[in-house]
Formats: sequence, structure tokens, C-alpha cells
Amino acid sequence: MKVGVLSVQGAFAEMAAYWRAQGADVFEIRQLADLDRGMDLLALPGGESTVQGKLLKDLGLFDPLKANIEGGLPVFATCAGLILLAERIEGSQTLSTQTLKPSKWFGTLPVAVRRNAYGRQLGSFTTRGAFDGKPDVEMTFIRAPAITDVLSPEVEVLSTFGGRPTSVRWRNATAFTWHPELTHSLAEPRAK
Amino acid sequence: MADRQELNRNLAQMLKGGVIMDVTTPEQAKIAEKAGACAVMALERIPADIRAAGGVSRMSDPAMIKGIQEAVSIPVMAKCRIGHIAEARILEAIEIDYIDESEVLSPADDVRHIDKNRFNVPFVCGARDLGEALRRIGEGATMIRTKGEPGTGDVVQAVRHMRKMQSEIRRVASLREDELYEAAKELAAPLDLVKYVHENGKLPVVNFAAGGVATPADAALMMELGAEGVFVGSGIFKSGDPAKRAAAIVQAVTNWQDSKLLAKLSENLGPAMVGINADEIETIMEERGK
Repeated sequence: MKVGVLSVQGAFAEMAAYWRAQGADVFEIRQLADLDRGMDLLALPGGESTVQGKLLKDLGLFDPLKANIEGGLPVFATCAGLILLAERIEGSQTLSTQTLKPSKWFGTLPVAVRRNAYGRQLGSFTTRGAFDGKPDVEMTFIRAPAITDVLSPEVEVLSTFGGRPTSVRWRNATAFTWHPELTHSLAEPRAK
Repeated sequence: MADRQELNRNLAQMLKGGVIMDVTTPEQAKIAEKAGACAVMALERIPADIRAAGGVSRMSDPAMIKGIQEAVSIPVMAKCRIGHIAEARILEAIEIDYIDESEVLSPADDVRHIDKNRFNVPFVCGARDLGEALRRIGEGATMIRTKGEPGTGDVVQAVRHMRKMQSEIRRVASLREDELYEAAKELAAPLDLVKYVHENGKLPVVNFAAGGVATPADAALMMELGAEGVFVGSGIFKSGDPAKRAAAIVQAVTNWQDSKLLAKLSENLGPAMVGINADEIETIMEERGK
């Protein structure tokens, strides 16, 4: 399987290592020409969504990637990646977003998210819980967003925390508010 | 506490491939965020002005830092003096996202650094070589940056520090296992961390470049030498067109290998900070804290 990892900013090295450990052929997407390599899955890593979104636009990657996602390309997104996919980005309760307030980036996943929903870095945490039928999966939340609303009955909730969805699947997209790529918590046994 | 360390190392991983910019006002913080900064460093005076003003330089007014926290949604960092436990506690109390225990400010302790393992909030520290980096990590730093020579706009020291660190990492990686004890002694660094470097060929935390980066080319140079991202202090808001220069440096860090793009990014940026050659200055900040 060929996996393209969006590598404009953030934890793209960890995302690449995660997919490599599962036997995928991984390449980095840093500019438009990289898309010529073709992929079976697009991985959107953690980082700062404002930075990633801006760079996607500045580098001309935004429209072709959006068309690919809408065309059914499988997407695996964590944290900032989920924010890029969300149909609606809500104003944050604990942190203001006066300068950058895009209501969405790709907007292809029917969920509403709130950025930095657990506060600043002191609010980051690790927990364990059920994910998609697997019990006791380690989940790491780093200045994480929250999924505040699910906007389609077709959205499948894979895990929850505090009564809210923390990972979802909808058509070609799987998206997390936490970081399976940091702890390899979903990886098959051969991964570290 | 081990969990907290891991979470704090994880936040630094989210910053990778990004540019952290010094800002002194909420307006500058907004410009930085809009230009694509992955975090901002809130401080009352940027290093070039600290250098010009002289005197004792301290932690910034918490009210000023809070104003910047209110203005942006990206992580906000702030500096405390080396060894100043109380300043660090104050910054933790206002829920700063990262503390920079920084040689840019006047040191409060000329021998010891803060025991950062005792804090929940993460710390980044400067280093000039591998031993210094590992000593800071042993004390609990979850992110390292080169010291460079802040406020000069002269990248020579950042290059020297990054090259030295990387070559020492390569050397440690190449040693026999029974040579690591002597290496730890020479580096004056904790043995377990020397072993980590030997096994993994890299630091156990994210490593950024800092000190003297003023142009997209400077940023690309530091990425070429092994930096995982850059801090830009005086280089942006001491230049002619901060917003444009900031955005160009952000793109240069992502695509540092694409020379054609770098050429385009370097066009018409207006005057860079005037700068001062690192060997012409009186206050050598990189010597602070070892």
C-alpha cells in the first residue's frame, strides 16, 4: 500500500514511521509535484492546523487534495488532520481565535470540532479506552480538539471520552482527536 | 511525572517543521499566527533590543503574556531566567504552553539550571553541544534548541552549535558499547541519555535551531544541518516587511530542499534586520549557563 503523508508541518515523521511499521510504502507530501507519485491512502498528521492549512493553500496542494478526498481517496487523520477535514470548526471556548477563524478547511467530514478543547498544554493527557471493538487502547491527547457534534447519521463513532466522540469513521475517512501514531496503540504486533 | 514528560515531548513533536516567532505585542502575535508560525514566544523586548538596552533582563510581565495568549490560538511560550525557579512557577501558573529557560535573559543562577522534572509545564533549553543538550534533558527539558547568538542576525553561532551537536551525535552512535561510559564522562552527561543517543542516533527530544536566523536561506541552512524547525527572534519584527518575511521563512522550513522555491521566497522581502556580527558584540549570551 502506498501512503502519502502530508509533511508541511507537524508530527509527520511519527505518522510516516507508524505506516512504515505496518508495511506501507510511505512518501512525504511537501509540494504539488509530490502528488504525481499517486497514493492509496492520505495520512494527515498532528501539528498546528492553522499552519498546515495555510501551507496547503500557499503551496497549491489544497484544491487537488480536496478533490482526491471527495473522490473517495482513503484518509487517516489525527488531531490537526481531523480539524482540516471537519465540516465545521467552532470558536474555541478557552482560547480565542480572533485572527484566524476559518469555519472549515477541507470540510469533507460531517462533524463539528472545537480546537484546543481541553485547554493549554497543562490540559494534555493520556487515557485508555475502547476503540472500534478493541478494549484498553492507549490514547494520547495533545492540546487536542473535541468533536462537539456529529452532522450525519452515517458517521460511525469508534471511541469516546467524557461522553464525546474522539474518533470517527465516515465513508473513506477515519479521524482521531488523539494520536495513535505516537503510541502505536493501533498497530499490528510487528510494529514497535 | 513520566507521563507528563512524554506528553511534553509529544507537544514538541507537533511543532516540528515549524517556525516559532518572537513577538512583543498581541498585534505582532496575530501577524505571526497569520503568517504561519506554529507557536509564538511572548517577550517584552526582542533579543536585539535587550542587547541595545543593556541592564538586567527579566521574565516579561504576566499581563503582557496573557494578552498574547488571548490573541492567538497557537501555543504560546515565554522565557524565564536560567535557574529562576520562581519565574518558572509564575509562568506555569498562567498556563504557558512552553517555558524557555533562556540565556537571552540575565541568568539568576550562574551555576545551576532549574530542576525541570519538578514541573508539569514543558521546558525548552538552549545548547551549544551534545553534552549541554543532554544535561538539560536530564534536568527535564523536553525540547532543545541551539543557542546561536541571539539578537545579532548573524547565523554563524547557530551553525557552529548545530554542526557540533550533530557531529557529536554521529560519533556517539559509532562507539562500541563499552566506550559509552567514557563518552558520558567526557560529555559530562547522564549515561542513560548517552546510551539513548548511541542506540537511536538522535536526541530523545525535538531539536530546533535558534539564534541569528534572519532570512529564508538561513532557515533552510539550519534545516539542512539537521534542525527539526527554527526559532526566529529579532529577524522578523526587526525587518522591513515582517508579515512577508515571516511567511517566506515558514515556507522555507517546509521546503528547504527546493532551491527554486527558496529563490522565489527570497525575492523582494525588503530590508533584513541590519544585524551585528557575532564577533563584534560585547555581551556573549551563549556563554550563559553550561
